Amino acid sequence: MTSFRTLAIENPTQLLFGVSPRPVTTRSGMRIGGGLVYPELNFTLPTMLVTEQTMPEVLRHYTEIVTEATRRAAELEAPGLLLEFEALPPMTENPDWGMDVVHVLLDGIEKGESKYGLKAALRVTPNDTREMIRPPRMRSGALYENMLALFERSAAAGADLLSIESVGGKEVHDEALVSGDLELAIFGLCVMGVRDMRFLWTEITGIARRHGVHPAGDTACGFANTAMVMAEQRLIPRVFAAVIRAVSAVRSLVAYECGAVGPGKDCGYENVFLKAITGCPMAMEGKTASCAHLSPVGNVSAAMADTWSNESVQNVKLLGGMAPICSLETLIYDCRLMNEAIADGPEAARTLRDWMVRSDARFDPQALILTPASAVRVARAIVVAPNPYRAGIAAAREAIAILSDAAAQGACKISDREAVWFDRMTDTLDDLPSDEDAFIERTMAQVDRSTFVAEDYLLAERANA
Amino acid sequence: MTELDNLTEAIVRGDRKEAVRLTQERIDAGDEPKNILAALVKGMDIVGDKFQRQEAWVPEMLIASRAMSQSLALLEPLLVAAGIKPEFTAVVGTVEGDLHDIGKNLVAMMWRGANFHVIDLGTNVPSDKFVEAAREHNADVVGLSALLTTTMPAMKATIEKFREANLPNTKVVIGGAPITMEFAREIGADGFAPDAASAVGLVRELVGKA
Repeated sequence: MTSFRTLAIENPTQLLFGVSPRPVTTRSGMRIGGGLVYPELNFTLPTMLVTEQTMPEVLRHYTEIVTEATRRAAELEAPGLLLEFEALPPMTENPDWGMDVVHVLLDGIEKGESKYGLKAALRVTPNDTREMIRPPRMRSGALYENMLALFERSAAAGADLLSIESVGGKEVHDEALVSGDLELAIFGLCVMGVRDMRFLWTEITGIARRHGVHPAGDTACGFANTAMVMAEQRLIPRVFAAVIRAVSAVRSLVAYECGAVGPGKDCGYENVFLKAITGCPMAMEGKTASCAHLSPVGNVSAAMADTWSNESVQNVKLLGGMAPICSLETLIYDCRLMNEAIADGPEAARTLRDWMVRSDARFDPQALILTPASAVRVARAIVVAPNPYRAGIAAAREAIAILSDAAAQGACKISDREAVWFDRMTDTLDDLPSDEDAFIERTMAQVDRSTFVAEDYLLAERANA
Repeated sequence: MTELDNLTEAIVRGDRKEAVRLTQERIDAGDEPKNILAALVKGMDIVGDKFQRQEAWVPEMLIASRAMSQSLALLEPLLVAAGIKPEFTAVVGTVEGDLHDIGKNLVAMMWRGANFHVIDLGTNVPSDKFVEAAREHNADVVGLSALLTTTMPAMKATIEKFREANLPNTKVVIGGAPITMEFAREIGADGFAPDAASAVGLVRELVGKA
């Protein structure tokens, strides 16, 4: 396991879209992070069931999407196209169905390459179906085996990139969000989450190595994006969601410690911290993902993107055409603009980046925490911490300092009703023990143990204590 | 301000210790259990209203809900002895194929706060299980939750099972990020709640005891 003790990108001015110290090259020759931002198209089915009976219709949708996407990308002369197949749960539970889709997409990519000379690659993202039983079994069972089978068979079939939105630790983290409980969130992300990631990403990187493909990265989607969506609905304070984002980087970082190389998964907005730490290229999503979910970080999230994604869109008809193709067109134009700025030189690129950053950062603390300056501060706090638990605390403290300073200076809109949470969160952090074992013992005594299997997190001894 | 008003205020503040102390005090003073219960429910209604006006966060609502639960635990034996039942019985769950439960949990919390008897079936719940639970508990209302567009059809399938099962006194309501009133009408749901706080009013209106 690699341990990141220093930053790959120390200077915020070097955190820029399209450029990473450790680019990733696909089989078709796309050099991600090597000076261009590529569009990454994600898509899903319209409202329908996925069953054995509906699989022919399912495959018809995916065939249509890949055929039209490669055609449109070629027409608009995109420098390359990354497609993400984010499986639906029945396709991971039944890897044969998932593989039928993978083959359709790989076939479509090959046809696009031979017909138009289009460089394209496929990211396959099986679902973390382990949570389909409660409490989840994280290290064994049919759900786990089928999930790994889809990874293995996708890699063998020729997928370029492997990713997942893993859920280890979510069993307690949902409760942490609803309760506004930062201590429990740190336990979910930095103790349970980290332990599960070490196990899971050792498996995934092993599969990738066996088949010569790239283990790309994970995301704290089920954690920090859940917080962001809840904040968007005014269910929890935005400052709390912003702090959760910073802490979530500790969990997502583990994939890279285990050998992931990027581009990190699109919905992991914590990728800005991870890019500074690892130097790996990152997928990001923002305003062009509003087809999937709203967010307050539409521009700032592009500031450090190496692939630019739409998150997900249903294959339904819009006035302009089928929704994935409309979405792709927007992505391609976004990328054209960023790539033109890069072509004009670093100063021009930084000017565009700074406009992206400033246009969002003053409106929402969740945008402010993603700026290049914030990213480097939080990233540095993480790498100097002695272990993931302390890194979680350090990330939270740094995020609170950044946000509260901005609130005091009027640099970001933060209401009084939210600002009281700075003290509340700081009090929680002040009350935590400095020793991880003491923290685990204390939290295990309070947490609802019926929601998770302690032995799957190597916490069984603590559970019996 | 009466002692029961103080109890209501303690719930609104989420002051668990004070709510429990005042509940015990009112019990010891011989207040009618139904009046104590009304004071607790009123507190949660106020919190629910504040939440709908965006003056309260979910964590604050949860703290109030926990204060109410502990107070209710003291009151429960007296309510049973007096033959006072919860206002409604509700079954809630996330439909088959869908694992998202935050929205469903919020609805369950709001319903409990409004003194509904809530049976939470969890996530990934097959349609038959909803029907069985509704029959077993003689439910007034069943809440179906979904977050994925690909699991919305499971709502329709569940409602069809309810129609086949002929449970005319059980209303089926739906909610979740991709759900609309139009979809609710299309699949024959009895109601739709756009958020957790409005799920209480929806049930009171639907079952006609508001």
